[in-house]
Amino acid sequence: MSTLKRISARFKLGSTFILLALVVVWSLPTLGLLITSLRRRSDAEVSPWWDAVLDPLGTVWSTDAYQTALESGMLDALINTFAVTIPATILPLMVAANAAYAFTFLNFKGKEVVFSLMVGLMVVPLQAALIPVLRGMVWLQKAVDIQLTGTYASAWIVHSAFAMPLAIYIIRNYMLTIPTSLIEAARIDGASYYKIFWSLVLPLSMPAIASFAIFQFLWVWNDYLIAFIFVGQGSPVLTYELLKLLGQYGQGWQDVAAGAFISLVVPLLVFLGLQRFFVRGLTSGSVK
Amino acid sequence: MGDIIFGLIAVTIGIGASYGLYWLLNALLSFLPEKILKRVQWIAFLTPALVLVTLVLLVPIVQTFIWSFMDKRVENYVGFDNYVALFTDPNFLSVLVNNFLWVLVVPAITVAIGTAVATLTNQVGPTREKIFKTLIFMPMSISFVAAATIWSLTYAYVPPGRPEVGVLNSIMIGLGLEAQPWLTISDGRLNTFLLMAVLVWLQVGYSMVIISAAIKAVPEETLEAARLDAANAWQVFRHVILPQVWGSIMAVFVTVLILVMKIFDVVLAMTGGNFDTSVLALEWFRVFFESREIGPASAIVVVLFVLIVPLMYVQIRTVKQQEELR
Repeated sequence: MSTLKRISARFKLGSTFILLALVVVWSLPTLGLLITSLRRRSDAEVSPWWDAVLDPLGTVWSTDAYQTALESGMLDALINTFAVTIPATILPLMVAANAAYAFTFLNFKGKEVVFSLMVGLMVVPLQAALIPVLRGMVWLQKAVDIQLTGTYASAWIVHSAFAMPLAIYIIRNYMLTIPTSLIEAARIDGASYYKIFWSLVLPLSMPAIASFAIFQFLWVWNDYLIAFIFVGQGSPVLTYELLKLLGQYGQGWQDVAAGAFISLVVPLLVFLGLQRFFVRGLTSGSVK
Repeated sequence: MGDIIFGLIAVTIGIGASYGLYWLLNALLSFLPEKILKRVQWIAFLTPALVLVTLVLLVPIVQTFIWSFMDKRVENYVGFDNYVALFTDPNFLSVLVNNFLWVLVVPAITVAIGTAVATLTNQVGPTREKIFKTLIFMPMSISFVAAATIWSLTYAYVPPGRPEVGVLNSIMIGLGLEAQPWLTISDGRLNTFLLMAVLVWLQVGYSMVIISAAIKAVPEETLEAARLDAANAWQVFRHVILPQVWGSIMAVFVTVLILVMKIFDVVLAMTGGNFDTSVLALEWFRVFFESREIGPASAIVVVLFVLIVPLMYVQIRTVKQQEELR
């Protein structure tokens, strides 16, 4: 008995079992959806997904649901989502990095106040700004005939603005670790602030920028509200199409399931591939 | 194909234009004499961010406050009428109760499970730690809408006479009970608690990652000293580890709290706010997009805003404390 106890302690069996149970609970819902997406409609309707797991050889596996989902709008939505997400990730990073540089290395009156305001804005619910922004864009269209609503650009602008507080905060925190003497040395060598930013500070800040890029990419990709309001049904994104599919699952669960997987494959790959940077971003963004 | 090309062009122009903007701002300033330049240099770097935040965040927020005192089509001022209407509407009070429950339950459970997982994974060695952590963390990459889809299948209810496809109802039948239309049961706010499970599922990974990083930063000497005093595993955790990671736990708590206050997508996708599950952010969405009532919708958002402001204060204070530590 004592040998058993020792082995258990040695391999941490107790902790492992608790974690194993938790991981099973955590993964089952997703696994269920994945399996459902690979079944035929006639099967998915009449038997639960674990029947397929219990009898994998007797089950007819099929990718029909993926084809149906892609043809019924998910493929276009995938393209739209990329078109919204990539600039909505790069633009705020560029703007925020520039701003963080000013907050870190340049001196001006009221710097602390403006920065505090930025930090405070981090928690503001974005709903508090959306209606006036939408109305403002409609007004702009009437006044000077620049169409923003319904275009990708409106989503880029809104996402960029909402990302600003957190992005500036994280990048500035990182820039504070760059020694000021480095900047001063470059100044003495006659480099302009512009040059110092692009060729010295920006490359040095890449870890923080990369972390935030992943964070922002996932956030924009997964967003429903802003895409719904500003891009809308003209160029529907994945979350928009998926919600539509979910509303009509009379068609069978397999199509919704396939749609869900099409929408989450890209963020999942980004996440698994760049997990380390993502974790670093989260831990540096948190207040210890 | 045309879509892709159009998308690519739009992307290139968008990014190119913003780079050009910074170049132009700096080029304009570079004509100034060195002495003045030193004092105005920040303008070139900060202006775009300030303009963006002012136009898309600050001014609209002020506008929302003003509109919350106006009528449906924001033509006339109506004083506090919108607020009076909200707080005398039993439906809205029920919405507030839901928000209160979300705030009460989700952050605490998320932090508790996160701490447990962080502590346990710290003991099982690097290989198992990595696998377990990745699997618990994975939902973080999933959208609220996809999560809602995943959990809708788990809670699925099939009208009697046909075989169940949802996990929860199959368990019920396995236990000899009857299948239930879960998301429509508002007794004791059961359906709201089922929606909360989805958010806990999504956020535990985040909580685990932050708390785990804090646990790994606990100095080995303090653990060593406790062991020399013959403290058992629980005592080490309770009296040595927990006090040292408390700051991180609170930070996660506040972050999840703020997120939960604004909860919207999960409820929209799973119940549409029906069956007494609606929350503030969803109520705002409905009043604006379904009824087109701008004044009342703004008032709802102001209520949400006012509830979050104290947290804003906590946020600024923690940041200030951190600055002083530097």
